[in-house]
Amino acid sequence: MPKVCCCLSSSQAIRSSLMAGKPKLYYFNGRGRMESVRWLLAAAGIEFVEEFLETREQYEKLLQDGALLFQQVPMVEIDGMKMVQTRAILGYIAAKHNLYGKNLKERALIDMYVEGTRDLMDLIRVHHKFSPEEQEKNLALINERATARYFPVYEKVLKDHGTEFLVGNQLTWADVQLIEAILMVEEKVSTILSKFPLLQDFKTRICNIPTIKKFLQPGSQRKPPPDESYVVTANRVFNRK
Amino acid sequence: MSGKPKLTYFNGRGRMESIRWLLAAAGVEFEEDFLETREQYLKLIQDGHLLFDQVPLVEIDGMKMVQTKAILSYIAGKHNLYGKGLKERAFIDTYVEGTTDLMQMILTLPFSPPEAKKKNLPLIIEKAKNRYFPAYEKALKQHGQGFLVGNQLSWADVHLLEAILMVEEKEPTVLSEFPLLQGFKTRISNMPTIKKFLQPGSQRKPQPDDKYVATVMKILKEG
Repeated sequence: MPKVCCCLSSSQAIRSSLMAGKPKLYYFNGRGRMESVRWLLAAAGIEFVEEFLETREQYEKLLQDGALLFQQVPMVEIDGMKMVQTRAILGYIAAKHNLYGKNLKERALIDMYVEGTRDLMDLIRVHHKFSPEEQEKNLALINERATARYFPVYEKVLKDHGTEFLVGNQLTWADVQLIEAILMVEEKVSTILSKFPLLQDFKTRICNIPTIKKFLQPGSQRKPPPDESYVVTANRVFNRK
Repeated sequence: MSGKPKLTYFNGRGRMESIRWLLAAAGVEFEEDFLETREQYLKLIQDGHLLFDQVPLVEIDGMKMVQTKAILSYIAGKHNLYGKGLKERAFIDTYVEGTTDLMQMILTLPFSPPEAKKKNLPLIIEKAKNRYFPAYEKALKQHGQGFLVGNQLSWADVHLLEAILMVEEKEPTVLSEFPLLQGFKTRISNMPTIKKFLQPGSQRKPQPDDKYVATVMKILKEG
């Protein structure tokens, strides 16, 4: 008959090895460049842990330990690697979790589509850094780019492709990044999808996928839009004036 | 229909140069269509050739590919320059993102105002010497092979060589503290396909001059 204390310590060991298996994300406690990584892991149903950068000392320690290849975050510890560069991290997660299509050509389409949504999201990612005057201009640019350049493309892809997804017939990184982009733009311009019926359907469908639905609920690791304290923290950690 | 990839871009380096490098390194012949007027560019858009209204555009294997990263990944994947397996791929992706960031700084320099140019060039050299080249020197040291990843040429090596030469054009002594990168530069430059690309008469483009900058701005109607 097993002793109680043996059972406890073996379950603790299992728990800590399970913890060790989860990807660990190093970033600020906010969206920034890491948010797309959180989205993709969540969509893939992968649990992850986070270490938030709050002080310059934390950042310098990471540098000293040689944990940041190019002295930058995001950094994700995953499968024994300390990965940096957002796009590389996303590509690895996508490929590992069957979200990167079935062949070279599907991959090529996914790559094109995610680069497009990346460009759009980058306009929003930096928005909070601007002065109120610049923000007004940037908002107009975001609106213009979303409605005249990017969303028409994805609306057409959905129309021509004829399945529920952008590429192939199952969820890929391209779909996850597009839903992230749609929601991000809607936070700035709530009626942005008014001329895009297929994107509206896409949004409803993708948001109802169980893993994504869960991520969209309060209490998930999804982060809110950047506020003043986020800017202050980032500046402090990076020694910016 | 020649079957060769066809590149549509300005007659200069810009974002297309990495694609020229990679095709050349893979030994793949390609054709080029140079944008010289705004009308050409608008026609491409009207005809629906540019997914996001932008160049580079590469017509390859029946696809009209845009987005530099997507194009490079496709070429690398097709021509055995993307490593063997998920982890090698991850390393290659990380390394090319670093060299992209470095080359991007140099690429945009001619398009910035004169005061910014003077200020930014030393910062770029500083980043090359303190951030990027140390990382690649260390990667070569730890990996212990002639290449950044695995034991054969990959996209990461081609991209790094391109970056090294680009920085050296601005600061010839930039590799002085990086012996392994010096060895790397010599070795990779001597690989037959790359050696050929580095010779006069190849499709490699020269550094941007004022005429190039003016052409780009005119075509894209910026500034």
